[in-house]
Amino acid sequence: MPTTLENRASALLEVRGLTKLFGTLKACDGIDLTIGRGEIHALLGENGAGKSTFVKMLFGALEPAAGTIRWKGEEVSITSPGEARRLGIGMVFQHFSLFDALTAAENIMLSLDDSAPPGAVAARARELSQAYGLPLDPHAHVGDLSVGERQRIEIIRTLLQNPDLVILDEPTSVLTPQEADRLFKTLETLKAEGRSILYISHRLEEVKRICDKATVLRQGRVVAHCDPGQETAASLARMMVGDEVQPVVREKPGPAGETLLEVRGLSRKAAHPFAVTLHDISLAVQAGEVLGIAGVAGNGQSEFFEAVSGEVLQERADTVRIRGRDAGRLDISGRRLMGAAFVPEERLGHAAAPAMTLSQNLLLSRYRTDARAFLSRFGFIRTPALAAAARRIVAAMDVRKSGEDPEANALSGGNLQKFVIGRELDRAPMVMVVNQPTWGVDAGAAARIRQALIDLAKAGSAVLVISQDLDELFEICDAIAVMHHGRLSAPMPIAQATYEKVGLLMGGAAPEAASEPVLEAV
Amino acid sequence: MRIELVKRPQQSALFSILSPFLALALTLAAGAVMFFLLGKNPVTALYYFFVDPLLEVWSLHELAVKAAPLILIAVGLSVCFLSKNWNIGAEGQFIIGAVAGSILPVVFPGLQSWIVLPLMLLMGIAGGAAYAAIPAVLKARFNTNEILTSLMLVYVAQLFLDWLVRGPWRNPEGFNFPETRNFHAYAVLPEILPASGRAHWGFVFAMVAALVLWFVLSRTLKGFEVKVIGQSPRAGRFAGFSSGRMVIFAFLVSGALAGLAGISEVSGAIGQLRPSISPGYGFTAIIVAFLGRLNPLGIIAAGLVLALSYLGGEAAQISIGVSDKVARAFQGMLLFFVLACDTLIHYRIRLVRTARMDAKGAQAGHA
Amino acid sequence: MLESVLITIATAATPLLIAAVGELVVERSGVLNLGVEGMMIMGAITGFAVAIVTGSAWIGVLGAILVGAAFALLFGFLTLSLVTNQVATGLALTLFGLGLSGMIGEGFVGRPGVKLGQVDIPFLSDLPHVGRLLFGQDPLFYVSLLLTAGVAYFLFSTRAGLTLRAVGDNHDSAHAQGINVVAVRYLAVMFGGACAGLAGAYLSLVYTPQWVENMTAGRGWIALALVVFASWRPWRVLAGAYLFGGVTIGQLHAQALGVAIPSQLLSALPYLATIAVLVIISRNRRLTMMNTPASLGRPFVPER
Repeated sequence: MPTTLENRASALLEVRGLTKLFGTLKACDGIDLTIGRGEIHALLGENGAGKSTFVKMLFGALEPAAGTIRWKGEEVSITSPGEARRLGIGMVFQHFSLFDALTAAENIMLSLDDSAPPGAVAARARELSQAYGLPLDPHAHVGDLSVGERQRIEIIRTLLQNPDLVILDEPTSVLTPQEADRLFKTLETLKAEGRSILYISHRLEEVKRICDKATVLRQGRVVAHCDPGQETAASLARMMVGDEVQPVVREKPGPAGETLLEVRGLSRKAAHPFAVTLHDISLAVQAGEVLGIAGVAGNGQSEFFEAVSGEVLQERADTVRIRGRDAGRLDISGRRLMGAAFVPEERLGHAAAPAMTLSQNLLLSRYRTDARAFLSRFGFIRTPALAAAARRIVAAMDVRKSGEDPEANALSGGNLQKFVIGRELDRAPMVMVVNQPTWGVDAGAAARIRQALIDLAKAGSAVLVISQDLDELFEICDAIAVMHHGRLSAPMPIAQATYEKVGLLMGGAAPEAASEPVLEAV
Repeated sequence: MRIELVKRPQQSALFSILSPFLALALTLAAGAVMFFLLGKNPVTALYYFFVDPLLEVWSLHELAVKAAPLILIAVGLSVCFLSKNWNIGAEGQFIIGAVAGSILPVVFPGLQSWIVLPLMLLMGIAGGAAYAAIPAVLKARFNTNEILTSLMLVYVAQLFLDWLVRGPWRNPEGFNFPETRNFHAYAVLPEILPASGRAHWGFVFAMVAALVLWFVLSRTLKGFEVKVIGQSPRAGRFAGFSSGRMVIFAFLVSGALAGLAGISEVSGAIGQLRPSISPGYGFTAIIVAFLGRLNPLGIIAAGLVLALSYLGGEAAQISIGVSDKVARAFQGMLLFFVLACDTLIHYRIRLVRTARMDAKGAQAGHA
Repeated sequence: MLESVLITIATAATPLLIAAVGELVVERSGVLNLGVEGMMIMGAITGFAVAIVTGSAWIGVLGAILVGAAFALLFGFLTLSLVTNQVATGLALTLFGLGLSGMIGEGFVGRPGVKLGQVDIPFLSDLPHVGRLLFGQDPLFYVSLLLTAGVAYFLFSTRAGLTLRAVGDNHDSAHAQGINVVAVRYLAVMFGGACAGLAGAYLSLVYTPQWVENMTAGRGWIALALVVFASWRPWRVLAGAYLFGGVTIGQLHAQALGVAIPSQLLSALPYLATIAVLVIISRNRRLTMMNTPASLGRPFVPER
């Protein structure tokens, strides 16, 4: 693409009226956006606002239904990611587009359009990784790497193409606060080199901190173009959500009640090559308490959840105790019968069977605890009772759906999450263990879910929340412990916890170091 | 020009009913073309294949004789396939069921009592289930691919039967023919309406099995468990269902029914063991199961259709001189069309003219 | 004696090797095609029939390859374009192939076939002990070795091979990187079909130059098992194929020698060995999981 003097002065990227339909849903509806050279431009919006769809169209991974894209002053049609890369557009995906079975160097090679020999690619990658302070081992298999390391591969892979525009989709959602700081430095370097960045996030503080301009999307439409420096986090949030989100109300923690959930010295060998080994995890959650477990994804949270929920049994019965009784040898149904309830991270395919209806999915986790209500003799399913209970949950959690009893598939992320949380709350469990309660959920649903968890604790239950979202943990927890490489730190009462301390533990600092004043760690 | 699939928000209720019929229609059309290529008049050929066998009472009995094993095996397979256990060794389980059930009349021909027949049926059921338990245990215990093991066991079972009827079980008064002695009267599964034709009680067993399994699959917790584990194993584990136990359950049910089919066939239709006792019922039942959309009631209808294709093959050979092998080709083709039409349940199909992107490139033609 | 046993082992191993190496490429791209048996039997009848009609075994081989690939294309259209279940579609392919080949082959039963001639390199094939084994076999034997080496080189030393492995590892990532997942898989599937067709032609033009219904006798399935046994690595497929060739020939020799074991039991040995080998290899879940292409058998619908 030849660049002439005139258009060099103009914007790098001008998008007009970009539209994308999925069936009848307008995921993007006439989006306008302009990015200048050397500009860090934020794309703000809730989950489901159309941000990812929009950038996938810029990267040629999705085909727009209408609209124009002008790149360096000329109208272009970006038909494939290869085309986008040739133009000078690079992208770092939210759920990385990496190949676990291949090495870092092979992963990088695959996105280069020239077929350079592997040795040369590795050398160039190493060079770049030093230049931008992104350490990387080209020969490591991606499957063995941490999320942060994977992100570095994605970034280096993108930079190797010498792009003019780098798109980053929610890059900090998988990082510790300290890792995020380092990423921001890299972004500043890129900006100083005259490159532009399209930065997608829903974290308002960091957007205010690093971005020059912002475009806010809501339900597929642009609702505002603004200068984030001139806005407050609250005003940005209002633009994103459309109206005020009810703040979550939490009272001061009361006196410690009896211990309802206890884990003692839980260790577990990794069950498969990419799993994490758990080492000697202990914790206790009292009645009325919300305990949070922070940590970067892939540090053993899912393995821990499987062990606590009983999807995987422990060797010793007293490793997990529920309401003062040994539960380590009981399966998930046995633990539910003791009054515990569980909500895993994946909504579709774990918490719910995608192609089954809501009432069938209700039966999924409650056929034992509520056998009398939902089953008659010989295991016949009492469909009317199930339907009534499903209606009750839908009403209690304000689940928006189309049709009387739709398949789980057909619900939006936020609404399905409200349903699977509501399904357990409906039982009024004494112990509730939730993994990533509001991951990928819109602000309204997230607030509702968080409030429900707090209310459950207030009513005298013990609540254990595993989350990567520090804002969420600070909002709802009475104490926070941190999981790193399959080990769990001692819980910090919320009054003593800071983002910095928790962040350092998430990055693997020894617990003592976290309480010291710290310079640049790692 | 390319095909683009657009996921439906919900499964299409219309197409889940329509798709088997669409598949049948397409198969008939393709069959007509095939007959034309073979130099036969397509209309006459299809008539002899699919209509003629339905015109006489004795022939309807034959239809029931052929449909009985197909339906029995296929309803068992529906439990396997719904729970994503790929038992493709039903042919072997059928044979071992037949062998186990034949122990009494062949080895102890002196035992002549009304108790023989019920015992034979039970032993057939047990034999089929036990043989199916092999791939099941290997899968549950060692994570061994059940597709390959269950299939290998078909060949082993065929060789075992071959050895039996040529060796230890050969009829001592049979002039060295490779077959066992004929079953005595107490060991023969009676005909339902002896006056009008050969259909035996195996067909009744098939109807009962289909109805019972339809009820279990659609109305009970066990059926729910089967479907959850099949659709989403992780959700099944979250529910507290054990996929290991489900492997065993599904294989035992389908093995037992295949075994029952085997002994019913031998005792009701053949009357002795021979080196070959099945024209591939165990494999054709796979087609029956899919054509019936893994629903036992649908499988009854599908079993009759496939049984008709066997009869039609024989009829067409006699009347218009095409090979009865045509029936097998028909059956294979039918499964292709069934699978292709099932796509319509989950997706809308659009034909897109150009691969290039431009604003309105997606000219849609809905299917 | 030893040399002639080794040669017969090679004859038994070659069709397994060719079919399994083809299927390995298919599975490395993330597609499970259980229709190997069906494509193989279609290759066998096509090769046999075309050779008789044209009088040339080589044209028969070519026909078998084309028919194998065409059958694979049918499988590809269903599983890749219509996203049907791969297991069921593979079974359909096998059932259809067995039925259709029986129908086509009816006129060819009992007719003498055309045998593919042997390579005979002057002098070298006269070398003692190894001459015939290394330099005097049928041409497809050499093709099978070249095929194995070629596939090994392609997969691990070329950019296209890297792309294919990437597609098999994670088709969503591959799509996001702009790789045309469906196109890669179509090519892989058709390559696998061509190999299966070739393997079938080997049976009807070299191994036993005649047509017998169902003459593949489960070799397509054994080839599928070999791919698992070899943990998706070409040279290990070669080792596995010769191991099975050895079992097959061993039991044939035992039958010929009149060992006091029922011949049916001996004939069952290759099938029992397949089961045993699968159990041994899959016991180690960790290893299986590491080696299995992560997208194997998973449906893929590109989002545009």
